[in-house]
Amino acid sequence: MKYEITIGIECHVQLKTKTKLFSEVDNDARGKEPNSCVSPVDYALPGMLPRLNKEAVRLAVRAGYAMNSEINLYSRFDRKHYYYPDLPKGYQISQFYHPIIGAGFIELPDGTKIRIEHAHMEEDAGKLTHFSNYSLVDLNRAGTPLIEIVSEPDIHSAAHARDYCKELWRAMTYAGVTYGDLYNGNMRFDVNISLAKPGEPLGRRAEIKNLNSFRSVERAVEYEYERQSKILDKGERVVQETRGWNDATGKTTSQRSKEEAQDYRYMPEPDIPPIRLTDEFVKEEQKKVPLLPSDYRKLFKDVVPSDTLEVLLDYQPLMDCLWQCADSSFEGDTERGSASSSAARPWRWAGRTRPEKELSDIAKSQIKRVANLFSSVLLAEEKSYEMLNDLPSAAQLNELCTMADKQELSSTGTKEVFLKFFDPQMKEKSAKDIAKELNVLQENDTAALEKIVDEVLNDPACSKAIEDFKNGQEKVIGFLVGQVMKASKGKANPGAAQQILRAKLKS
Amino acid sequence: MKIANKTTSAVALVKEALEKAKKYEDYHIFVSLNEEAALKKAKEIDDKIKKGEEVGALAGVPYACKDNFLSPEGNTTASSKILEPFHSPITATAIKKLEDAGAIMIGRANLDSFAHGSSTENSYFGPTKNSKDKTRVAGGSSGGSAVAVALDIVEFATGTDTGGSIRQPASFNGVYGFKPTYGTISRYGVVAMASSLDCVGFFAKSPEDIDLLMSITAGQDENDMTTLPDFYGQEGYSRTSKVGIIKGFDQGLNDDIKNAYEQEIAKLKEKGYEIVELDMPTLKYALPVYYIIQPAEVASNLSRHDGVRYGFRAENIESLADVYGKSRSEGFMPENKRRIMIGNFVLSSGFYDAYYLKAQQARTLIIKEYDAAFEKCDFLLTPVSPNPAFKLGEKTSDPLSMYMEDVLSVPLNLAGLPGLAIPVGETAEGLSLGLQIVGPRRSDKALLAFASQIKEEK
Repeated sequence: MKYEITIGIECHVQLKTKTKLFSEVDNDARGKEPNSCVSPVDYALPGMLPRLNKEAVRLAVRAGYAMNSEINLYSRFDRKHYYYPDLPKGYQISQFYHPIIGAGFIELPDGTKIRIEHAHMEEDAGKLTHFSNYSLVDLNRAGTPLIEIVSEPDIHSAAHARDYCKELWRAMTYAGVTYGDLYNGNMRFDVNISLAKPGEPLGRRAEIKNLNSFRSVERAVEYEYERQSKILDKGERVVQETRGWNDATGKTTSQRSKEEAQDYRYMPEPDIPPIRLTDEFVKEEQKKVPLLPSDYRKLFKDVVPSDTLEVLLDYQPLMDCLWQCADSSFEGDTERGSASSSAARPWRWAGRTRPEKELSDIAKSQIKRVANLFSSVLLAEEKSYEMLNDLPSAAQLNELCTMADKQELSSTGTKEVFLKFFDPQMKEKSAKDIAKELNVLQENDTAALEKIVDEVLNDPACSKAIEDFKNGQEKVIGFLVGQVMKASKGKANPGAAQQILRAKLKS
Repeated sequence: MKIANKTTSAVALVKEALEKAKKYEDYHIFVSLNEEAALKKAKEIDDKIKKGEEVGALAGVPYACKDNFLSPEGNTTASSKILEPFHSPITATAIKKLEDAGAIMIGRANLDSFAHGSSTENSYFGPTKNSKDKTRVAGGSSGGSAVAVALDIVEFATGTDTGGSIRQPASFNGVYGFKPTYGTISRYGVVAMASSLDCVGFFAKSPEDIDLLMSITAGQDENDMTTLPDFYGQEGYSRTSKVGIIKGFDQGLNDDIKNAYEQEIAKLKEKGYEIVELDMPTLKYALPVYYIIQPAEVASNLSRHDGVRYGFRAENIESLADVYGKSRSEGFMPENKRRIMIGNFVLSSGFYDAYYLKAQQARTLIIKEYDAAFEKCDFLLTPVSPNPAFKLGEKTSDPLSMYMEDVLSVPLNLAGLPGLAIPVGETAEGLSLGLQIVGPRRSDKALLAFASQIKEEK
């Protein structure tokens, strides 16, 4: 590449508190009338004062832990001033001088560490809807708690920009600080991009604001690389500015140049005393952070193929379930897991990122089997999203894997039983009971199998095939196995059937 | 304080207050009167008394409310055009507590628009006149409140004090005016001027009345994170023996004030108080520090008045910039705009460190200097302002000389200390003279007790 690209990303994360950051009204305005979740504080009546929501501070501490950051025991709010109708006070309460979350990092799937400069708490603004000659203001979102996570300019490719955003999203949703609904703006990305020839100082940067999908982050970076390259090729300089991304056209367009940039006139927020946290408070919150994708990657590195693992990592309940399988090594009797049952979650604090016992080879192969069932069976289901909320227990999965290992179930039978774990009528049952009910238990009993094989070999319809096999046509064995399966109504273990067939045909 | 009981009816008290308010209409004390609701509430209280039901400690006591406290009675205008149409659905915590105790708001008292000023001449509704001389200013910003008490229209009035807005008009009108320790009374529902300096306080005719009002209104409020944990009336205190005076604080004083100050010191000495002279060299920076921090917070707090959601919106709007620009240009008074400009200047990029940050550092030094002073004395006695009430219009064209009026009152606000303006006589022309007693943080009740003590000893 002619130019090296340098990228820094700011990410806004909406925290899933019950009430807003500084008022008592509902923070969840989904499906509600505009301006129905607004208090006099959010509306900025004169004389109204912010009341800091402690829960938001707790979630911020957890978020900090999920990005491997130091928590600043002393932090403070500041006012950031600008005029816009979605900002009722004429200033946003943010943390400029003393943010709550200090330096940390996010580890990407390939092991690259992207450093976090800091992260701070702030309130979200309202929403404006523009019409031909007027605009409407909805303040339902005004005052929603946010943390803004500011990365160091450590990213040097579009793919890494995407991976960073995705990994951040995973860390924040795993930590339980946000609903992580990108479509509804729960996480939004501002991407700063600048180019330079190798070894030369960085060029001026453009900031692409308000991207709300990983794909758009990747595409916007790719587009900006092309756009800025062309400018630099001509010997011109990139304009330092804010640009917007148009998903339909796949282009960025200029929104505001640096000359028009606001002077935010930051000032310490006099209405909120500084936040002083104790070590105990911080520890208490850190204990609530479960294992993160980076922990799972280390844990399952040699167990689950990495492409399967990367798919599963998008679904925390599946990872929880895999952990339980690993933690019990398929011996303990774990309760039926559920996404909402936090008691079943593994916790990250104090380094408990590994199961108590080393995984045996059998356990490893079984976990791999479960991972496969998750990725190729469960996630292929149309209703997989709902199914994630009520996963089978480690004990059920253990039995299923053991049966599969002993060839009591064919791969089809295994899938069928697995899917029945999600059937409200059958979900409490053991794998064996379900298999019996479905009549999919494989026939492994040699005597019984021999009887069926004999029937097939004596069947006149098969005489031609037997003849062909004896004349050296190997392929015909498949047909004969098929006949045995048919005669056994699918219950015969095809491997065992073939062995018996071969033995009998040789003799 | 006259409180309604079996022999004095609340209705009679309120009627009398309303009559007086109308009689003194030309002083321009009230922005609005609250006649109907006040009489209705008075009647309810009388009924309760008749039935022998429990009534509050301020049952039927008429009071004037500075027009920057939110309550659903009338509009809360802050004596500004931009809030002239603003009707609040919210009741300020302080007002709620007073009303719950049975006090009856008879009207909303005039102030300098958004409490910006030292004379009440910056009111959009015109100046309030001095209770002793109608050609002179009432002081400010709580001019209406001070004159309402001085002319005996009401038993007490609420005020706010950001840099002397209670103490200076109190001393201009010969009444007691108290600014408590920062954070003693909730600011919830009070139109903010400068948040780190604003204090709710009272005008009354005696320190004892103020003590009663404090015991009702002081206390931590979950709606105001800057309120202190409850302390009023809980702290022990011993009899005052040492009174501090500040070296050089009598410089530049009007002769009448200087004489009154010296006489008061002499009287205290006579009565056996030890007078301690203190060197407090950083106090001279208080006024410039105040005129950086205060406008910065003012500019920020006034940002919400943008013509979008409530209050005044200009006509002939063609763009969003018009909504802001025209509404604010037409809605704010010149002094409001001056402070917005200064405030935005000191906060602007590249100037923050030079002005605001430096001012905050100096503020810390001032706080430390006061802390050291209170190691050596129980209370300080200082003048409130360099001059008695000046002529209407005398300083309106010279903002700096108006700001100089605050030179003796603002240091307390920077340090968050309680201060009580006490009346100490009159000039030959009959103008009121006042001094202030200043105490350490949380010494509020002891300070009022000390004021009672020296009043009785007179």
